[in-house]
Amino acid sequence: MSDRIFGGIGLVLAIFFAWQAAIIQESFLTDAVGPKVFPWIIAAVMGISSLWFLLKPDPDPDWPRAGRLAEIAMAALVMVAYALALPELGFVIATAIAAAYLTWRLGSRPLESIAIGVGTSLGIYVIFRLILGLSLARGPLGF
Amino acid sequence: MDTLANLADGFAVALTFQNLGLALMGCFLGTIMGALPGLGPSNGVAILIPLGFTLGLGPTPSLILLTSVYFGAMYGGRISSILLNIPGDEPAMMTCLDGYPMAQKGRAGEALALSGVASFVGAFFATWGLVLLAPQLVKVALLFGPAEYFALFTLAFATLGGISATNQAKSAFAAALGLGLAMVGVDTQTGVPRFTFGEVHLYDGIDFLVAIVGLFALSEVFVFLEHRGTDRDISTKPKVQIGRIIPPWSLIRSCIPTMGRTTILGFIAGVLPGAGASLGSFISYTMEKRLVDRDKTFGTGDPRGVAAPEAGNNAAAGGALVPMLALGVPGSGTTAVLLAVLLALNVTPGPLLFTNNPDVVWGLIAALFIGNFMLLAMNIPMVGLFTRVLLVPPRILMPIVAMISFVGIYGISGSSFDLLVMVGFGVLGWVLRKLDVPLVPVILGTLLGNEMEVNFRRAVEIANGDYGVLVGSPLSIGLWSIAVVGFVLPILFGARLKRRMRIPEDSEGGLTRD
Repeated sequence: MSDRIFGGIGLVLAIFFAWQAAIIQESFLTDAVGPKVFPWIIAAVMGISSLWFLLKPDPDPDWPRAGRLAEIAMAALVMVAYALALPELGFVIATAIAAAYLTWRLGSRPLESIAIGVGTSLGIYVIFRLILGLSLARGPLGF
Repeated sequence: MDTLANLADGFAVALTFQNLGLALMGCFLGTIMGALPGLGPSNGVAILIPLGFTLGLGPTPSLILLTSVYFGAMYGGRISSILLNIPGDEPAMMTCLDGYPMAQKGRAGEALALSGVASFVGAFFATWGLVLLAPQLVKVALLFGPAEYFALFTLAFATLGGISATNQAKSAFAAALGLGLAMVGVDTQTGVPRFTFGEVHLYDGIDFLVAIVGLFALSEVFVFLEHRGTDRDISTKPKVQIGRIIPPWSLIRSCIPTMGRTTILGFIAGVLPGAGASLGSFISYTMEKRLVDRDKTFGTGDPRGVAAPEAGNNAAAGGALVPMLALGVPGSGTTAVLLAVLLALNVTPGPLLFTNNPDVVWGLIAALFIGNFMLLAMNIPMVGLFTRVLLVPPRILMPIVAMISFVGIYGISGSSFDLLVMVGFGVLGWVLRKLDVPLVPVILGTLLGNEMEVNFRRAVEIANGDYGVLVGSPLSIGLWSIAVVGFVLPILFGARLKRRMRIPEDSEGGLTRD
C-alpha cells in the first residue's frame, strides 16, 4: 500500500516537474537542445518508475505507530525551530536546548538531558569556535 | 617511471606538518565513525565536509583529511562487528560472521588485530592498484567526448544500485529525484531560471552539501528516534572481553594466501561501477569459503573468515577511488561524497585532474600510503581506545551528530534557509529509507545533474541538433550496452544475491552502503 501511495505522489511530482519545465521562460539566445529537454527526460524516468511501483508495489515497510511518528515529527519541528532561533538566541543557548531535547527523546533522564545538552553545546563551541575558529551564529549575548 | 616521479612529488606534498596532522586526525576520527554503529563512511565524511570547507583548507588538505576519514571508517567498521555482532557500516557486515564467534571464544583481541592487519594489506595494495591503474584509465578517458561522458554518467546511475539492488525502479526514481533537484536554479547555458518559483534563495540551486548532510546524517537521527527502546536498540548488548591484542605470527601467516586473493578480488569489485565495498567483502568471503573451508569452520570463528572480508572491503575502498579520480564518476556512496568535496572546492574531477592538478591527485595518493601506516598503528596497539568509544550510547552521540551537521552547514552559508532545507532533506531521507529507496543515487544526481546535462546539450549542439550523436561512436555504444546490462542484471539475479547477503544481520536501508 505504501508503495502505491508513494508511486502516486511520484507520478504527480513527475507531471508537476514536466509542467514546470514546460513553462520555463526561454531566452531568445538558446542552444539546439534548450533548457527544457533534459528536465523532460528526468520527468519521464521519474514517471515511468513511479508507475512501476504503483502497479507492482513491494511489501509494506514496518511503519512506526502514531506515537513514534509524532516523535519524529516533533524532532523535525524542534530542528526547524532551532534553525530559526539560531540567529535570535545565539549558538550556545539554541544548541543547548535542541541537544537537550533530542537526547531526552532518545532516552536520557530529564536532569541528565539538560547536562548533556549544555555539555554538547559548550563542547562544540569550544572545539569549533575557540579552537578551530569557525563562525557560529552570534546571538544578542555575543555567543 | 613517470608514475614513480609523480608519486615522489606527491610525497613532497603530503609530508608537510599540516597534511600529516590532517591525515592523522582524519584516520582517528574515521576509525571512531566507522566503529560507531549508525555512523558509516558516507555520513562520517558528509558531516566533516563543511568543516574542511569552513576551515579554509585548500583542495589537497581537505581531500587528505576526508579520504583519511573514509579509509579510517573502513578500518573501524570491523570493531563493532567483532565485539557487538553489529556491523559498524555495511561493508563490515560479513566480518560479523566469523568475527563475533571468535570474540565469544575469548579471542576478540586476536580477531581485532588480525582484521587490522587484513585491512592494512587490502588498503595498502589497493593504493598501489590505484597508482598503476588510474593513469591508464585517464588515457582512455581522454578519448571521451561529450556524448561518451553522457553515456558514462548514465552508466554510473544504471549500475549504482549494484548487483544486489532489489528494486531497480526505486533506484531509477532516486536518480531522477536527484537529477531533478540539480535542475533547480539558473540554467548555466542560457541563463534562465528554472524551478525556482520566484524564490531568490533557489537561484543558486540547491547546495548539494546541504542535501548530503540532511539525507545522510540527519535522517540517521530520525532512525534512532524511531527505534529507541525496541529490539533494534543497540545500547543493550552485552560486553565482550577483549583478550590478547597481539596475534601470534603463525595466525597471520596462515591467513596470508587468503588476504592475497581477497585483496585482488576486492580491488576489482571496487573499480567496477556499482559493485563497491559491500559486494567486495561479500564475494571475498564467499570465495574463500568455497576455496579453503574444508573442515566447515567458517562461520564458527575461523580467523580466515575474519581476514577475507576485511582485506576485501578495504581493497574495494581503494579501488573505488579509481573511477572517482580518473573519470570523475563515483561508483559508490562515499566516493560520491568525496566527489562533492572536489566540486565544492572548485576542482573539476575527471581525466584533466591528473594534468591540471597533479599535486591534488598525487598528494592524495601519497597521503593514503602514509594514512595506511597510521591506521595500522592505531588499529593494533591502540584498538582498546576505540573499543571504549563504543560505550558512548546513541542517546548522547546522535544529538552531537545532529548539532555538528547544523554547525557545518551554518558555517558555510550563515543562513537559516539552508538549515531549513537540510531538515527537509533529513525527513525526506527518513521516508525514502523506510520505503527502501536508495539514497546514494539521489546524492549522485544532485552532484552530477548539471554536468550530465551540459554534456548532453554540448554533444547535440556540436552535431547541429542531431540526437543520433549520443550513440554515434563505438565507445558510447559500448558504454550504453554496459549501462543496460548493469541495469537489467540485478532484476534477474538481485533478489537471490540480496537474500544471501542479508544472512548476518540486515543493516538499515542501504544508508551506510560503503
